[in-house]
Amino acid sequence: MSDDAPRSEPSGTASGRRLPGRGLAKGLAVTLRTMTRRSVTDQYPDALPELPPRSRGVIGLFEENCTVCMLCARECPDWCIYIDSHKETVPATTPGGRERSRNVLDRFAIDFALCMYCGICIEVCPFDALFWSPEFEYAEEDILDLTHERDRLREWMWTVPVPPALDPAGEEPKEVAAARKAAERPDPPEQPGTEPGRPGGRGPRREGEA
Amino acid sequence: MIVSAAEDLSVFGTDPWWLVCVKAVFVFAFLMVFVLVSIVMERKVVAWMQRRVGPNRHGPWGLLQSLADGVKLMLKEDLIVKGSDKVVFLLAPVVAAIPAFMAFAVIPFGPADHQISIFGERTTMQLTDLPVGILYILATASVGIYGIVLAGWSSNSPYPLLGGLRSTAQMISYEIAMGLSFAAVFIYSGSMSTSEIVNSQDERWFAVLLPVSFIVYIIAMVGETNRAPFDLPEAEGELVGGFNTEYSSIKFAMFMLAEYVNMVTVSAVATTLFLGGWRAPWPISGVWEGANHGWWPMLWFTLKLQLLIFLFIWLRGTLPRMRYDQFMKLGWKVLIPVSMVWLLLVATVRALRNDGYDFQEITLYVAGGVFAVLLVSLLVDYLREKGDKEEEAARSLAPQEQFDPMAGGFPVPPLPGQTLPPVPRRKPRSERQLVPAAAESLNDTVSVDNTAVKETDGA
Amino acid sequence: MTETTVGIGGAAGSFGAGTGQGTDMVLNIGPQHPSTHGVLRLRLVLDGERIAAAEPIVGYMHRGAEKLFEARDYRQIIMLANRHDWLSAFSNELGVVLAVERMLGMEVPARAVWLRTLLAELNRVLNHLMFLGSYPLELGGITPIFYAFTEREELQRVMEEVSGGRMHYMFNRVGGLKDELPAGWTGRARTTVARVRSQMGRLDDLVLGNEIFRGRTRGVGRLDAGTVHAYGVSGPVARASGVDFDLRRDEPYLAYGELADVLRVVTRTEGDCLARFECLLDQVHNSLDLADACLERLAELPPGPVNQRLPKVLKAPEGHTYAWTENPLGLNGYYLVSRGEKTPWRLKLRSASYNNVQALVELLPGTLVSDMVAILGSLFFVVGDVDK
Repeated sequence: MSDDAPRSEPSGTASGRRLPGRGLAKGLAVTLRTMTRRSVTDQYPDALPELPPRSRGVIGLFEENCTVCMLCARECPDWCIYIDSHKETVPATTPGGRERSRNVLDRFAIDFALCMYCGICIEVCPFDALFWSPEFEYAEEDILDLTHERDRLREWMWTVPVPPALDPAGEEPKEVAAARKAAERPDPPEQPGTEPGRPGGRGPRREGEA
Repeated sequence: MIVSAAEDLSVFGTDPWWLVCVKAVFVFAFLMVFVLVSIVMERKVVAWMQRRVGPNRHGPWGLLQSLADGVKLMLKEDLIVKGSDKVVFLLAPVVAAIPAFMAFAVIPFGPADHQISIFGERTTMQLTDLPVGILYILATASVGIYGIVLAGWSSNSPYPLLGGLRSTAQMISYEIAMGLSFAAVFIYSGSMSTSEIVNSQDERWFAVLLPVSFIVYIIAMVGETNRAPFDLPEAEGELVGGFNTEYSSIKFAMFMLAEYVNMVTVSAVATTLFLGGWRAPWPISGVWEGANHGWWPMLWFTLKLQLLIFLFIWLRGTLPRMRYDQFMKLGWKVLIPVSMVWLLLVATVRALRNDGYDFQEITLYVAGGVFAVLLVSLLVDYLREKGDKEEEAARSLAPQEQFDPMAGGFPVPPLPGQTLPPVPRRKPRSERQLVPAAAESLNDTVSVDNTAVKETDGA
Repeated sequence: MTETTVGIGGAAGSFGAGTGQGTDMVLNIGPQHPSTHGVLRLRLVLDGERIAAAEPIVGYMHRGAEKLFEARDYRQIIMLANRHDWLSAFSNELGVVLAVERMLGMEVPARAVWLRTLLAELNRVLNHLMFLGSYPLELGGITPIFYAFTEREELQRVMEEVSGGRMHYMFNRVGGLKDELPAGWTGRARTTVARVRSQMGRLDDLVLGNEIFRGRTRGVGRLDAGTVHAYGVSGPVARASGVDFDLRRDEPYLAYGELADVLRVVTRTEGDCLARFECLLDQVHNSLDLADACLERLAELPPGPVNQRLPKVLKAPEGHTYAWTENPLGLNGYYLVSRGEKTPWRLKLRSASYNNVQALVELLPGTLVSDMVAILGSLFFVVGDVDK
């Protein structure tokens, strides 16, 4: 306790050595003052937290967009996405046309007990079939129930928020840039959506949820 | 002065047996309820200090939280450690809890002259009183510590053992300071009976008259009850749970109960000895005649008690834990000498006053003497510590064993006592030339070659 | 070491139980112990309360991160890398992407560089606040951690808004950052930084000025510069011992070179627990200043992208490089060896905590059990970073 080396005291305690007990008194004053302040805790189950739209809570599957390309399952660092599919032949639409085969999704499941919430699957999905939702209340008593099958993943889609507006100082996203270019063209062939490739009607889905 | 102790206790011991029972049950219930409220209050107050809400689920405003905790604890599995000394292990919580309640028997809740009537029987608001009431309190308080010591010893586990040992040392050093601070009160009140001590504070509380004793007692009582910042026996960051590491269920609850009851008891003693006991605080007693009569004293007593409990909580919410040796140092090198000197001073003043000396003269002589002694002791302490340091420095300068970093053909760390060879390092910052920062920075993050890395590793 | 202690009763067994030799008490601190922040284990030989010998036993949390790196592509590695020191996730990611970018010779957009600097500094503040709160807690002060966490919460909110994660940001990508900032984020970051700065005084008053705290930390666990060099201790722990070394200044990466006038390398010479704590506290102040400076620069920068277009399959060219960064806890290095595959052939991780913890062998003997807690806490380590 008795140290001879002079040391840089913090500004508040410059005279701390002169009057023993000053530091203690100051600390006591801090806690006493804080006692009169309002608490900062959220009363969680009563008041839900406000989460930003980018919050990584749960993954929603927009299965209408899924083409079973398996990219997400392959890129997942811990292989927690399970996809089953079969091929189906679609009869030719026009007489004399060729019949086409297409992939039909049988099973799409994400094991959230394994998931590391990195978001790579969402990033790699070329057809925008996967989305982050900030929902987080899906704790289960049985670990097996943490594997969400496609219907449950589809349900999460209703909670996907609108992505936040981007900082004006940034470069505009390529989709927007492409759309703008198309719109500025003298003779637009058709009215392009502002965000081609994104599922329509993503915005108002939050209201649909109770 | 001392003679007056024996006489006034005649009012005690005259109650019929059923009234004694009623009072005993009341004291027990009072303590239990007070403890339950204190626990909730502690959690609430600490929460507020930390900008939290605190318990708010059980009962209105979370008031039943401690009750719920008690029930929960009793439903927990009751473990008995295999290698423990079973009898002592089971006995320890009981030994800790019971004396904590016992001390409260001599605490006066109100004046000692048949102020109230219970079922038509005029009586005092005190279970009993003894001519040596405070000694009785000291005795029970020290028995309570045995519970902790025995718990630590019987658990057959290193953490409780250390906790128990710490508790032993704590008890020994702080009982003395506590007793010394009491002695000053005895000298002034001329009695060891609690009711007499409160009676003699009708003009001025002893906290004002004997401030040093009061402060010493406050520190000692925190130490005695193992509360932060002196909660060394159960220091959870160091000893996990300390003496109660191996305890669970109701036995653990008993320890918790003992701790809080002890807190209430020592606070009650502080109230009785220094804060005027059941007497109304000054502005009220000056204004309102009836404040010290009837049932009212109980209110003042409870309020003072609550204030002291708040002090306990406040300290816990603010201060980090002291180190064991610092705590001992505080006890033996500060509290006990200060109490001794103070006691000497009080006794001298008292004796001189009894002989009819002028007060100011006395103060001057005594204070001068005391300061001289203090100064000398401080100087001696300082010089000795300096000597220690020089000795240590000399020792560290002594030639040390040579360290071979490649002993046995492979790199090894130094053994204790061996010094490390100097490690070649880069030059100090001031001797190196500055890297032109602006030009370097952006390119550096993306440059393919890593020549920049090499440059720094030069000797 | 073979003193005989005669014990009767329950506790007699604790003296040298089972060892058959010697009667010193062997105390295992951890793997589960309140002051080890996880699963570090310390094997102490005690003489009363005094520690005769100490041995940190690491590896309870070994997850084989380096081996896992070898089977992951560079985007997946980011996910793994931000988890070894979970309190400095952003800085961990940074090391990986810097290494890969250097191998690729890739130019990172200016906006991304400044943003990375900003987020790295905010991450540093988050990390330091954690230890500024938990250290007093270990010494028995229960309140400071809540104050520290209140500030942390504010910062985490900002970080979550931009990256979506509260701890594992996953916001770095080779060539830049994952996403553009949300609109208005810089303003919110600015107010948060200001608010955190204004609240830092509470820790000064409550902890640093406290006599008990100073008594417990001053002169305790003195680490001299020689030991720092010998054990490769780095970061605030090393700087508290007078080792004036900070990569942000000595080998500027990101935008630190341009921040030289704001960047202040905090050093102390005492090398004790108090000095380490003071270093951390001062670094928070400096990091907040740096964050402000970054925000100012960001506002001046012309609009531009925050990332590069990457090929579908990212392959680092054959070769090797060592990228090290000044992580909040010390030097964090990645030695990347690539054979031109899409996964690294080897990615060696040099983590700060691993080296810092080794110094315990030097520091602990001769101290008390209470000091052990003070020293352990003041070495500021994350067990995941120790065991990798």
